[in-house]
Amino acid sequence: MAATLPVNPYKPDERVMPFSKPPERRRVAPWADRLFSVLAHGAAWLTLSLLVGIILSLLVGAAPAIKEFGLGFLWSTDWDPVKEKFGGLVMIYGTLMTSFIALLIAVPVSFGIALFLTEMSPGWLKRPLGVAVELLAAVPSIVYGMWGLLVFSPILATYVQQPLQAAFKGVPVLGALVSGPPVGIGILSAGIILAIMVIPFIASVMRDVFEVTPPLLKESAYGLGATTWEVVSRVVLPYTKAGVVGGIMLGLGRALGETMAVTFVIGNFNQLDSLSLFQAANSITSALANEFAEAGEGLHQASLIYLGLVLFFITFVVLSLSKLLLSQLRKGEGTRT
Amino acid sequence: MDTRVDTPSTDKSKLSVRNLNFYYGGFHALKKINLELPEKKVTAFIGPSGCGKSTLLRTFNRMFELYPEQRAEGEILLDGENLLNKKLDVSLIRAKIGMVFQKPTPFPMSIYDNIAFGVKLFETLPRVEMDERVEWALKKAALWNEVKDKLDQSGSGLSGGQQQRLCIARGIAIKPEVLLLDEPCSALDPISTGKIEELIHELKTDYTVLIVTHNMQQAARCSDFTAYMYLGDLIEFGPTSEVFTKPKRKDTEDYITGRFG
Amino acid sequence: MSTTAPASAHGFTAAQQAGRVAMHQRRKRTNAVALTLALSAMAFGMFWLIWILFETFRLGLGGINLAVFTEMTPPPQADIGGLSNAIFGSIMMAGLATLLGTPIGVMAGIYLAEYGQKTWLGGATRFINDILLSAPSIVIGLFIYSAVVARVKSFSGLAGILALALIVIPVVIRTTENMLSLIPNALREAAYALGTPKWKVISAVTLKAARAGVITGILLAIARISGETAPLLFTALSNQFWTSDLREPMASLPVTIFKFAMSPYENWQKLAWAGVFLITMGVLLLNIAARVFFRNKH
Repeated sequence: MAATLPVNPYKPDERVMPFSKPPERRRVAPWADRLFSVLAHGAAWLTLSLLVGIILSLLVGAAPAIKEFGLGFLWSTDWDPVKEKFGGLVMIYGTLMTSFIALLIAVPVSFGIALFLTEMSPGWLKRPLGVAVELLAAVPSIVYGMWGLLVFSPILATYVQQPLQAAFKGVPVLGALVSGPPVGIGILSAGIILAIMVIPFIASVMRDVFEVTPPLLKESAYGLGATTWEVVSRVVLPYTKAGVVGGIMLGLGRALGETMAVTFVIGNFNQLDSLSLFQAANSITSALANEFAEAGEGLHQASLIYLGLVLFFITFVVLSLSKLLLSQLRKGEGTRT
Repeated sequence: MDTRVDTPSTDKSKLSVRNLNFYYGGFHALKKINLELPEKKVTAFIGPSGCGKSTLLRTFNRMFELYPEQRAEGEILLDGENLLNKKLDVSLIRAKIGMVFQKPTPFPMSIYDNIAFGVKLFETLPRVEMDERVEWALKKAALWNEVKDKLDQSGSGLSGGQQQRLCIARGIAIKPEVLLLDEPCSALDPISTGKIEELIHELKTDYTVLIVTHNMQQAARCSDFTAYMYLGDLIEFGPTSEVFTKPKRKDTEDYITGRFG
Repeated sequence: MSTTAPASAHGFTAAQQAGRVAMHQRRKRTNAVALTLALSAMAFGMFWLIWILFETFRLGLGGINLAVFTEMTPPPQADIGGLSNAIFGSIMMAGLATLLGTPIGVMAGIYLAEYGQKTWLGGATRFINDILLSAPSIVIGLFIYSAVVARVKSFSGLAGILALALIVIPVVIRTTENMLSLIPNALREAAYALGTPKWKVISAVTLKAARAGVITGILLAIARISGETAPLLFTALSNQFWTSDLREPMASLPVTIFKFAMSPYENWQKLAWAGVFLITMGVLLLNIAARVFFRNKH
C-alpha cells in the first residue's frame, strides 16, 4: 500500500502546486503591507507632534510676555493695554472660580441623575431620559451662552440676586459675596451656566459606570436587606469610584476650557476689587475671545497667549492628575476595609 | 518527556513534528513533542484543559506568531519542508493549512464573498470560475443546498451550525492540504454537531484532518488516530480503536475511563 | 446581659429588637430622602434642557424665513438680511475639516488598536490624544493662529478648517480605537488563517466589522465642530460678505451669532436667535441620525 501513490481526486488543472515551488499566484505585492503600516505609524507620530507643536507655538507666542513679566504675571491684576502692563490674576481667578462653582452644583446633581437613571427609573423611561441627557451634552456652548445672556440673566437678577442681596445685607462675609450690581452677570451667572453645561457630561459618565457594575454584586447587597441608597453609596460607588473620578475630572476640564458659555455672561471686566460673585469679571477664555482679534502684535497679544499657555497647563495638570488618581485608586483596591 | 511514537507503517506521514518546544513567555507549554501525522486521515487530539492540544494545533499554521510572547522551537515538516523556518512566507503556509475555530467567525460580508475572500488572495479567477469554486466549496461543506438561493445575504444571518460549515467551506475553497479543526463543535447543538462529524468523515478523502476536541466520544466517533496529551507532553499516539480499548499507558487509561478529567 | 428567654425566634432580646426597629426606620428615612433628592436632580436637569430648547425654538423659529437663507449678513439696523454666507461658510469649513481630519484619525485609531497595543508609541499617542480631546478649543485656535495666520499675515477660511480638523482628529481616533478593540480576535485569526496579509485583515475584515461604530464617531465629530465658535475666532475670523475663497476670512454661523448676540442692535439679535435655532437643530439631528444609524447597522 505504501508503494503506490494514492489516487489523486483533483483534475490536473485543479491540483494544488507542490509546496516547495511557491506558486506565482500571490496577488498583491508585499509593499502594500509596508505602506499601510507606514501610514498608520505616521498618523500616530502626527498626533504626537501636534501636541508638541501646540506647546511650542504657545511658548513662542508668549515669550515676549514671559520675558517681560515672568512668573509675577500670575498674581498681578494689572491689565492696561495702553501702559502695556499685564497680569493674569483676574482671568485666572475667574476661570478657577467659575469652574469651582460649576462643579459644586454639577457633581451632586449628576450623581442624583445617574442614581435615578440606573436604580429608580421605570424601564420605559430609562432610554428616553438617557438620550435626553446625552442630547443636552451635544448642544453647542454658544446656545448656552446666548440663552444665558438674553433669557437667564434677567431672571437670575430678579429672582435670585436681588433677594439674596436683601437677605444678606450687612452680614460680614456673605454680604460681600453678594454685593455688586444685581444684573445677572458675573462669576455666579457664569458658574451656573457652566454647571448646566457640564452636568450632562458628568452624568453620562457616572451613569455608564454605574450601569456596568455586575448585577450579581448589587444583588448580593440587596439580598442582605440593604436599601437602594445603601447599595448605591456603599457598593456601587466604591466599585465605580475610578470612573466617577474620571468623569468629574472630565467635567472639570470641560468647564475650565469653555469659552462661549462663559463669555456671554461673565461681564468681560478686568477687575478683582471685590470678592463679589455678582460683579462683572473675566476668565481666561473670555479675555481671549474678546480681545485677541484686535490686540496688535506686541505685548498685549503675547500676554494673551501667555494666558492661553497657563490655561493649557492647568487643563494638562488636571487631566494628568486624574489619570494618576485613577491608577492609584485601582492599585489601592483591596487594601482598605 | 520524550516519546518516540511509531507511525503505523501503512500510512504515509503528512506532517512530522520533531522535538517541538513551545513557550508562553517563560511558561514551557509544549515539551519536546515528536509526532508523525498520517496523510488523509483524521487525527484527534484529546486531553484535559491546559494540556496543550490547542497550542500544538496553532503551531502548524504559525498562528502563534501574532502574539509576541509566544514562541516555538523545533521543526514541523510538511511533506519534508520545515514550516517553522522563518524565511518561508507565512501567507503561503496558511494557504496550505486551513483552520476552523471554536466559534464560527463569518466575515462581515455576503456568503459568496466569504468564500471568495481567501481565493482572491492567491488566484485571479474570472467570474464564472469563481462561481464554480464557491459552489464546489459549499457543496463539499454540505451547505450548498441550504444557501444556494441566498449567496448575496450576509453570513451572519445563518444559524450557528450553518455558520461553522460556512467557515469550513471558506477554508476548503483555497484548496489546502491540511485542515486544522479547533473544537469546531463546542459552540453547536447536537444536530449541527452530527452534521459536522459526517462532514469530517467525507473530508478525509481529500485532506489530512487534525481535530482538537474536549469530547472523547467525538474523538472515538470521528477519528482514525488519537493523540492523548497531558500538561504539555504527548503521552500516547496510535490508532483510535487501540487507544480507546487497549491503551498502552496507564495515564491514558485513567483519562479515558474518566478517573480524572 | 439579660438572662430572660429571647423575645424572638432569632435570639434577640426585646431591647435589641426595639433598637433594630429604630435603626431600620432611620435607614428607611435616609433612603427616602436620598431617592427624593435623586428624583429632583433628574427633574432639575430636565428642566434646564426643556427651558433652553423651548426658548431657542420660540425666539429662533420666529426669525426663520426665506431671507435667512438667501440674504447675506446685514450691517446693523438694516431692514433686510440673512445668514446665507455664514451658513455656507459653516458647511464648507466643517465639511472640509472632516475630510481632512477623518483619514488621519482613522489611521491613528487603526495604529492604536492593531499595531501599537503595547508599544511606547501607542501608550504615548493614547495619552496625548486624551489631552487633545480635553484641550480647550480656544487654545487650538491660538495654535493655528501662531502657526498659520501670523505667518501668512491674514485670517483665512483655510486656517479655520485646520483648526476644526484638529478637533475632529482626537474624536475620531478615540471612537475608531474603541470600536476596533471591540472586534473579537477570533475574527482576525480566521482571516490570518486563510493567509491574508495584515493590511487586508485590517481593511477588509476588522475595519469593515467595526464600520458602523466608526461612522457614528465621524458623525458625532461633525456635530461637535458644527457648533464650535472659539477655534474660529482668530483663524477664519468672519466676513460680512459671501466668499468661497479659502484664503479669505470666512463667515461662520457660530462666530456670526457671537458678534450679533453681544450687540445692541435688534435686527442682529433676531438673526442671532435664528442662527442659534439652526445650529441646535442641525446638531441635534446629526446626533439622532448617528444613533439611529448605529442601531440599525448593529
